[in-house]
Amino acid sequence: MSGDWAGGAGGAGGRLLEVRDLHVQIPTRRGTVRAVDGVSLEVAGGEALGLVGESGSGKSMTLRAILGVLPSEAKVTAGQILLDGVDLVPLSSSDLNKIRGPKMSMIFQEPMSALNPVMRVGQQIAEGPRVHLGYSRARAAERALELMRRVGIPDPERRFRAYPHEFSGGMRQRVMIAIALSCDPEFILCDEPTTALDVTIQDQILRLLARLCAESGVSLIFVTHDLPVVAQLCQRVAVMYGGQLVETGDVRDVLLEPRHPYTLGLVRSAPDIEEVRESLVPIPGSPPSLVSPPSGCRFHPRCAFAEEDCTVLPTPLRELAGRPRARSTACLHYERCEDAAGAGRAVP
Amino acid sequence: MTAGAGTGPLLSAEDIAVYFPVGSQLAAAVRHQPRMLHAVDGVDLDLAKGEALALVGESGSGKSTLALTLAGLRGADRGQIKLDGRVLRANRSRADQRRIQMVFQDPYSSLNPRLTVGGMLAELLKVHHIVPRGEVTAYSAELLRLVGLGEDALRAQPRQFSGGQRQRVAIARALALRPDILVADEPVSALDVSVQATILNLLRDLRAELGLTLLLISHNLAVVRHLCDRVAVMYLGRIVEIGPAAALFANPRHPYTRGLLAAIPRLTVAPDQAEKEAEEGPAVAGDMPSALRIPAGCRFRTRCPIAQDICATQDPALLHDPADPARQAACHFAFGTAPLVPAAAPAAAAAPDGPDGPDVPRQRQPGQRQTGPGLRKE
Repeated sequence: MSGDWAGGAGGAGGRLLEVRDLHVQIPTRRGTVRAVDGVSLEVAGGEALGLVGESGSGKSMTLRAILGVLPSEAKVTAGQILLDGVDLVPLSSSDLNKIRGPKMSMIFQEPMSALNPVMRVGQQIAEGPRVHLGYSRARAAERALELMRRVGIPDPERRFRAYPHEFSGGMRQRVMIAIALSCDPEFILCDEPTTALDVTIQDQILRLLARLCAESGVSLIFVTHDLPVVAQLCQRVAVMYGGQLVETGDVRDVLLEPRHPYTLGLVRSAPDIEEVRESLVPIPGSPPSLVSPPSGCRFHPRCAFAEEDCTVLPTPLRELAGRPRARSTACLHYERCEDAAGAGRAVP
Repeated sequence: MTAGAGTGPLLSAEDIAVYFPVGSQLAAAVRHQPRMLHAVDGVDLDLAKGEALALVGESGSGKSTLALTLAGLRGADRGQIKLDGRVLRANRSRADQRRIQMVFQDPYSSLNPRLTVGGMLAELLKVHHIVPRGEVTAYSAELLRLVGLGEDALRAQPRQFSGGQRQRVAIARALALRPDILVADEPVSALDVSVQATILNLLRDLRAELGLTLLLISHNLAVVRHLCDRVAVMYLGRIVEIGPAAALFANPRHPYTRGLLAAIPRLTVAPDQAEKEAEEGPAVAGDMPSALRIPAGCRFRTRCPIAQDICATQDPALLHDPADPARQAACHFAFGTAPLVPAAAPAAAAAPDGPDGPDVPRQRQPGQRQTGPGLRKE
């Protein structure tokens, strides 16, 4: 795996996928839901980016907007999604179809509902190469078999003719990964692909994804609520709250030394297998309404460090000074996290 | 009848087995016996008063079925359940039902959407005659206070609550009957991370406050570690290892427990460690076999990194650890009688990193991942 993600700053790998100031809105009877509200991201070649947040934070919407598979009522109202410099937002769905597959593909949380239940899995894997790459039936089948071997499906010749219901959850997710890989994409967008799996199977799938990234140089955007999963798979992480990014940076920097109170809250509220703490520190309150979000910093009603200015000033991501690697936070008083994290963590 | 005699376990399960018929009725009739899925297949379990025991394992290991059986919500095909040393009938008396209460995983589907919280609690309290009718409302409000909800929640319907609040209501409902044992089946896995913490803290406080005995079913070992004193690991309908939580996590005896622990992603993995691990194979290979085709001999042998010939023929019993009678494991090689490491790396295991080299060679151990200054970075 390309451990040096210095490419993220525009180095060797170059920037491949860039999201600029993305806004996604969903009109409802109660008002317009601002599901994604000014998100900017970059993913370089060969890099795995974790997009973390709780339900309703807009992480899945961001992912769906990138692939152009938003729910019908949701619309991208502003912003650009640049793939190799080409903006995907204004593209028609037929133009997008040329990009989905060979350039980008997606792995969903529930393989059973993402796979076609009445189509043999081999054919589902072969469909992409036939449609997008113009492979003949025989050549596409050959490709499907090769992919099934690569993702670790035992006995591929026999399983080629099986239906999704004949597979276990882990094997179905492998089929999904084979489909995602079938047209050699540059980006794979993963929407909680291991959340529905047992921890042992999750471990297998994460290892498989890490190996595939290393072998083929494919980039991942990995959406999850599970911080340790991100720590295991990704080099960079972006934390979302209330439709906005609140912190980005190197995975270990962010998770070990959070510089946003929300990230700090997430890290502290989860029980840790390594050390038993007397009591967990929950984040008080509940997630913000996306119809009428709080003014200023969206986290301020739940934040222990909030000051007067947090309620009024806009809080865009700002780069932290004096950091060797790009690291940003949206918190106006991020120094307080530093003190709190130092005090809260029991150093062995 | 003499409750709380103090000597024996509060709840004790002996050789519990639960089978589900599968396949068509016709095929069963032709074969003269239905095809059975062995969900729970001979489990002995003691629950001491006041302790918190966790049942862990992959989906399909039978942990939820066992919990439902212990709570009396489904019958057992074999074995018996004792409460205070008294064998419980298959259809329990209301007094017995009251003593074991359950909290379910999904607070969105386990609460009646058409009843107000007050109505739900009142119905329960009246049916079981917990308090005189005149005191029902006051007692309900008291229950809600106990789980951290205000009195106005009495008039609200479940849909007006968030997931975490619903789970509080579910806990209040379980506590309404003043149970001795609370069985919680994945109580936080449907909740967001920040909300999970509030429910985990609540369960922990309630235990201390009310002296509850807790049986927690969870696939999340970090949650288990936080809440429980003792852990039972299930695999394909059997308990394969059981022991005090701290000892079991620090030094697992069964290869499956080791695999489960090693499979957990950790927040604090040093970069060099992460790279090393990426090279290694998965913590546990393959899928759990179907409970319809349970392997002969040891059930885990198809995925076991240290399986030998004996494992295919002899089903290992759940034996006590000679060094620590509180621990039990069902593995031929659990207590250092034979090679415990995969044949490939015997030398590495022979040289443990600490001066207190354990007499039992171990596989890769979760506890060893983080030695010394764990949060150290590059």
